[in-house]
Amino acid sequence: MTDPSSLSPSSSRSAVLGRIRKNLGRAAGPQDAPAEVVTRLANPPRNVMPARGQIPHDQQLNLFVKMAEDVNASVRRVENSDAIVGEVSRYLAEHNQPAVVRLAPDATITGLDWNKTTLETSSGVAGPLDMVSVTPAFAGVAETGSLMLRSSPDQPYTLNMLPDTHIVVVRASQIVGTYEEVWSLQRQSQGRGTMPRTFLWVTGPSRTGDIEQTLQLGAHGPRRLHIILVDDTGETSVGQPD
Amino acid sequence: MSFAPSSTSTPSSTPDPTPKPRVGLFVTCLVDMFRPTVGFSAVKLLEEAGCVVDVPMEQVCCGQPAFNAGDLASARKVAKPLIAMFADHDYVVAPSGSCAGMMIKHFPELFANDPEMAEPVKALAAKTWELVSFLTDVMKLQGVAAAFDGSITYHDSCSGLRELKVKEQPRKLLRSVTGLSINELQEPETCCGFGGTFCVKYPEISGKMVGDKTTDIKNSGADMLLAGDMGCLMNMAGKLRREGSDMEVRHVAEVLADMTMAAPGIAGSEKG
Amino acid sequence: MENSTSPKFKQNAHDALNDASLQRALGRLKTGFKDKRTAAIAQLPEFEQLRDAARDIKNHTLANLDHYLTAFEANVIANGGHVHWCADAEEARQTVLKICQDKDAKSVLKGKSMISEEIGLNAFLEKQDLKVVETDLGEYIIQLRNEPPSHIIAPAIHVHKEQVADSFRATHKGRDINRPLDEPRELLDEAREVMREHFFAADVGITGANFLIAETGTSVIVTNEGNGDLTQTLSKVHIAIASLEKVVPTLEDASTILRVLARSATGQEMSSYTTFSTGPRRTEDLDGPEEYHVILLDNGRSNMLGTEFQDMLRCIRCAACMNHCPVYGAVGGHAYGWVYPGPMGSVLTPSLIGVEEAGHLPNASTFCGKCEEVCPMRIPLPKMMRHWREREFEKHLGPQSMRFGIQAWAWMASQPKLYQFATGIAARALKLIGGSKRAIRKLPLASGWTDIRDLPAPQGKTFKQLWAEQQAAKKA
Repeated sequence: MTDPSSLSPSSSRSAVLGRIRKNLGRAAGPQDAPAEVVTRLANPPRNVMPARGQIPHDQQLNLFVKMAEDVNASVRRVENSDAIVGEVSRYLAEHNQPAVVRLAPDATITGLDWNKTTLETSSGVAGPLDMVSVTPAFAGVAETGSLMLRSSPDQPYTLNMLPDTHIVVVRASQIVGTYEEVWSLQRQSQGRGTMPRTFLWVTGPSRTGDIEQTLQLGAHGPRRLHIILVDDTGETSVGQPD
Repeated sequence: MSFAPSSTSTPSSTPDPTPKPRVGLFVTCLVDMFRPTVGFSAVKLLEEAGCVVDVPMEQVCCGQPAFNAGDLASARKVAKPLIAMFADHDYVVAPSGSCAGMMIKHFPELFANDPEMAEPVKALAAKTWELVSFLTDVMKLQGVAAAFDGSITYHDSCSGLRELKVKEQPRKLLRSVTGLSINELQEPETCCGFGGTFCVKYPEISGKMVGDKTTDIKNSGADMLLAGDMGCLMNMAGKLRREGSDMEVRHVAEVLADMTMAAPGIAGSEKG
Repeated sequence: MENSTSPKFKQNAHDALNDASLQRALGRLKTGFKDKRTAAIAQLPEFEQLRDAARDIKNHTLANLDHYLTAFEANVIANGGHVHWCADAEEARQTVLKICQDKDAKSVLKGKSMISEEIGLNAFLEKQDLKVVETDLGEYIIQLRNEPPSHIIAPAIHVHKEQVADSFRATHKGRDINRPLDEPRELLDEAREVMREHFFAADVGITGANFLIAETGTSVIVTNEGNGDLTQTLSKVHIAIASLEKVVPTLEDASTILRVLARSATGQEMSSYTTFSTGPRRTEDLDGPEEYHVILLDNGRSNMLGTEFQDMLRCIRCAACMNHCPVYGAVGGHAYGWVYPGPMGSVLTPSLIGVEEAGHLPNASTFCGKCEEVCPMRIPLPKMMRHWREREFEKHLGPQSMRFGIQAWAWMASQPKLYQFATGIAARALKLIGGSKRAIRKLPLASGWTDIRDLPAPQGKTFKQLWAEQQAAKKA
């Protein structure tokens, strides 16, 4: 570990903060944050939320699918968790992709009955040779068809970025209307002010317009993003296939 | 000079025929020197719409050239007399979105540090209008008695468009002109490259911008180019002539006032 | 990048206007960004409300900048990261170098960062024998061409695919010399392959930050390619370099601004990847960087607070202003001569390198107002350019002839009788010069006008002369 104080002389810290305070018309020394700052940090207001996402849940599901497809993701809705492995297999065959799959070491993914298929599976981080990954999601946001993916020991971040094909399993109950709802879920799940190392919003596969402003998919991240949307309304214990 | 007596601006309380609003015409320096026809078109339109028009003869300029050059002292020196000059008029109307925008949006900034000017400046800003939007939005003019047999295209001058939201008003009145049709530009809202002193400080960039503009104008296939600001019109007309085009170019007021026969277009030869 | 060519703006613009290849590239701005932005906004009825909210969030943050920065710092540290306060570019460069040296780093990967351009980081690190690779495709292309970016979100917007192919053939050795590189797809695939090797060999990954979130000590990057994510995940050390004003209070506040960012920039509803990074990898994590550093750069920004340029600190670098600017559209980004082009650059550059150096930039505007119209943060860009002109005037920086001209004109214009007399003569004289064509092709002292276009001739008498005559006739 590097000692930060050896790198950044505290003189710059106090000089910068002093200049800020002085130019804002206040005294240069440290001051207590005013109540509006304390309140905003403790209870973040939600600001303006588009009406688009604030609709009944079944319509949110349809909106999520439409918005994701609009940004070149493909979406397949399946009736229950049992159908996931079949869908992975079908998708890879249809797109002529290798039947070798790197799984997130997460029980909701590794716990599926992969033996039902001829797919060769392993789990862990992604390496340079992994062409296909399957990961779970923390949530999906209907407003823009965005997936919310958190890094954790069960969900190595490289799986989201290195493979050519990224397949994400998201459950209908995880789809919400707006980003603000996701932040509420995040605070409920890990506590206020706590974040994983990486909290990633994925809205369609990797792309670039850097060459003559022509859109090309698969710049440095996945060329294909396939979303399996599982209707889990009848399931009681998510991630425990029977 | 004797001016018509001042009328109150509360017509509803008067028993007799509604007194006509007394409008002070701010001619603008470019109209004054280069194209008086626009001034007379404005007078005609205002009178036909039911206004009494007065032209304070001491008026010169709104001060915008100095203001935009960063010379606030000069700008104040030029602008200040106008405020008293138009103090008694019900409205001040200019055939220019740029000059009207200066008086409405920028006088308050220009005199921000002068507490004595705060009220008069605010009062002036509140009663100042660009000509065409004054006709439609204040005088509620629905149409004009004018004829033009041909197609026009319309450039939305930046200040009028963005500072004063002049967009639909000229089109609405133009649609009422007998025989006239509108061919819209591909990019009617893109700046023509005039920009006051910009066009002489950065002539090459300005030239590229006005060249793009005249290409758009020529591609519209219209017989005539109209706009609401003399600066833009002189820039575009001058470029069209330089490119060998003889397309007719006019201030929109001339067409609306049915005064196209009164004089050739801007930089246009007498018609044979 | 500290050396600017901004004083040569006019010459730069001249060169740009005569560069046919550049002009062809600039022609793509409309369909590439402007039309897409219009379409995206049409899909979101709350867009104007969101602009207001975004502006208010930044105004509130700037008014409490010290509090939010210290809250951010505390949360970074609580999550195991480091914050380095840097007063200027030199301190930031040295700080980055020290981190690299402490890790005995040989290679540095870069995600796209304008702050890195501002502090001239690449050239500095390369002098210290570090291998620096830009990973964003556009940045990679201009790095190979040894050029600065010409646009803040599309750095290689001025480059054609044939030029990219030439650079790739010259740089990517050991490949079939006759391989096809005609299409963007082929170029991209080759870049992807080359870049993968770099990703797995990197010691330090440097990204910028679109936001710093005080509530959680998080830095956020917004990208489409995924290069930034690989840069910061596969490297042992992740350094996020950001200027002070990137801080926002909360996750919700960042989300509000994100709703206007991509729509204003590329016309996307949301960019492909919005990545919130907090601290280094957690103990049990299987991947991610071992260290996380945030460089907090001032470099002149704290001195914009409390001035007429404070609003500029709301800027989120979406580039809508330059995408829509007719001057940028005419000359491209390099003409501006420093890191930040277009209207936002014309306001920010004088703040950062001095108005003495960058005086042309705020003058090279028609004040058409399009930039302010499209700015998602409602920054009054033309007004601030005018404020720079005021500073220049106060400091006697502009051309003396222009200053004298304005003052002479103002003197005339405040003597109505003299003014009318003079304009009366001028109108008659110009009418005569115009002749039957009613247009003047060449006029001494007005070559700035007549080099480009004819000067329409006046009609003869001035309006006020004619009006006075008419009024007199009515009375008679």
